[in-house]
Amino acid sequence: MSIEFLVATAVGVLSAAGIYLVLRGRTFPVVLGLAFMSYAINVFLFASGRLVINQPPIWGKDVAAYTDPLPQALVLTAIVIAFGMTALVVVLALRAYLETGTDQVDGLSETSGVVTLPPEETSALGRGPAPSREVGP
Amino acid sequence: MSHWLIAPVLLPALLAPLMLLFLRKRLMESRVVSIASCLGLLGMAGLLMAQASDGTIQTYALGDWRAPFGIILALDRLSALMLVITAILALAVMIYAVVTGLDRKGWHFHPLFQFQLLGLNGAFLTGDLFNLFVFFEVLLIASYGLMLHGGGGARLKAGVQYVVVNLVGSTLFLVAVGLLYGATGTLNMAHMGQRVAQAPVGDHGLILAGGLLMIAVFALKAAVVPLHFWLPRTYASTSAPVAALFAIMTKVGAYCILRFTTVVFGDGAGALAWAPAPYLLPAALATMLLGFIGVLGARNLRHLAAFSVIGSMGTLVSAIAVFTPASTAAALYYLPHSTFAAAALFLVVDQITRRRGDFGDALSPSPVFAGAGPLSGLFFLTAIAVVGLPPLSGFPGKLLILDAVRDAPGGWWIWGFILGATVISLLAFARAGSVLFWKSAATPGEIKAAAPSAPVASALVAAGLLAVLGALTLAGGPVSAYLNATGEQIYEPGAYGGAVLGPG
Repeated sequence: MSIEFLVATAVGVLSAAGIYLVLRGRTFPVVLGLAFMSYAINVFLFASGRLVINQPPIWGKDVAAYTDPLPQALVLTAIVIAFGMTALVVVLALRAYLETGTDQVDGLSETSGVVTLPPEETSALGRGPAPSREVGP
Repeated sequence: MSHWLIAPVLLPALLAPLMLLFLRKRLMESRVVSIASCLGLLGMAGLLMAQASDGTIQTYALGDWRAPFGIILALDRLSALMLVITAILALAVMIYAVVTGLDRKGWHFHPLFQFQLLGLNGAFLTGDLFNLFVFFEVLLIASYGLMLHGGGGARLKAGVQYVVVNLVGSTLFLVAVGLLYGATGTLNMAHMGQRVAQAPVGDHGLILAGGLLMIAVFALKAAVVPLHFWLPRTYASTSAPVAALFAIMTKVGAYCILRFTTVVFGDGAGALAWAPAPYLLPAALATMLLGFIGVLGARNLRHLAAFSVIGSMGTLVSAIAVFTPASTAAALYYLPHSTFAAAALFLVVDQITRRRGDFGDALSPSPVFAGAGPLSGLFFLTAIAVVGLPPLSGFPGKLLILDAVRDAPGGWWIWGFILGATVISLLAFARAGSVLFWKSAATPGEIKAAAPSAPVASALVAAGLLAVLGALTLAGGPVSAYLNATGEQIYEPGAYGGAVLGPG
């Protein structure tokens, strides 16, 4: 089995899992799906510089073959951004859950299977530097 | 190499962290710094526009790394125009946010605003695809914060959707970058254009997939059907000044479609020349229709304003999708118009909503509210601008588009859709205005609403945006001369690439 086949399969499986989870209705699977998609894209970006084994990453006059260093820099940037964004979306989802009492992404609170927190738990978790609020439409 | 070119990126990039560090709890100082920064950006953008108007394309090599190895910022007439539009809009929105006290409703409004400007200015200046991704992320991350500013359940709910949609969009952006880099071996857009022209036929499929995926991501930002679904809820649930600022965010998508297609898939691209165009035009026409039908069907004012953004994006992208110098010049006249008109509409709607108490922004007759007279005038003028009737700049904008696309393939479709959509939007705004003001005059009762803060100043900001539209009409001659030159410059073969990559 070639390394290309392995990497391509990994990207495919990760993307498929990511897309399936992102299309789910509740925030936790969606967050997991976003994480899967960012893993898939990290591997994919890495592969866009071609898969080379045991070669130096920088070209020199006496080096005939080398691995492309640029995709590695891109992946590093993408990892940092995806990591920060995953953290943000987790906090945001939690906040929206505590404030609206439902974890449905499209906000249909009547849907079955919705967990509602007891009020004391909400107030315990919801503490923080809450700014004064403007009531939305 | 003039260092002024990077100033619109540097100024907000320096101010935002400094404000975070030293002005955390000092609202007055933050406001002064923020407004001074917006004024400074306006001055710089004007200066850069004056420099760009003689037709030279300036470049700035970050760290003095030569293209295509380093990141290049490039300033042509188009970039300068976008910088000026951003600066004017930012100033108006910032003043409105300050006089209505939005920046008091939570932490870090001013630093987030500066980060947003950093992302916008960077996206308009960069000539590197991955750098564009980074600036996109900067402006999106700032926009998440601004969109949620003020809090509230409905806003959080819409915020989760907005963030998720844009994270998926960013992932697709990276897929497209990876495909294009894998096929062409470069990230510099001008260099990529040259490589696409020389690409062997076997690579065309990959390049096309990458290019179209990239256009799809830009279309998501530009809210082109079928990727528009995130916009109404986001714009309707955020605060009015932020929605007004977001009027430029959809234009970033339109700008990127124009820049990316002309540089990478331009005339020189051989078999792949203008590959995205056939997909863009039908999508843009559908966007126009859906947007204005949404305006007609809206049951409250904020949705009406949000759908009018979608409709005007359809008009704009349909003119861009023709890809001729004349149509692009017309589209670029319509672009500032639709930006400022949409922003003014959000602000006027906010003024009306604040005065209607429990009726809020619902499109139903309510008793007469305080200040209904002057506001009805403002609403009337804004509606004229959005629909595209004389004397404001929507009329010459649509006229220029119609004139420019007459001989283009599909031109008559654009005629039909623009004229039809104008009628629909005219109906919609006439209905909204008569429900709000005429029927309300006949409704007995009294509205209990707290007097809005700074009613005159905030209405004056909206009026100022309308005055910009009036100026755009009055200065139509010089403006279209500049824009025609812009159109010529965009389509001049090798102009952008030659400037970015240098001779040889």
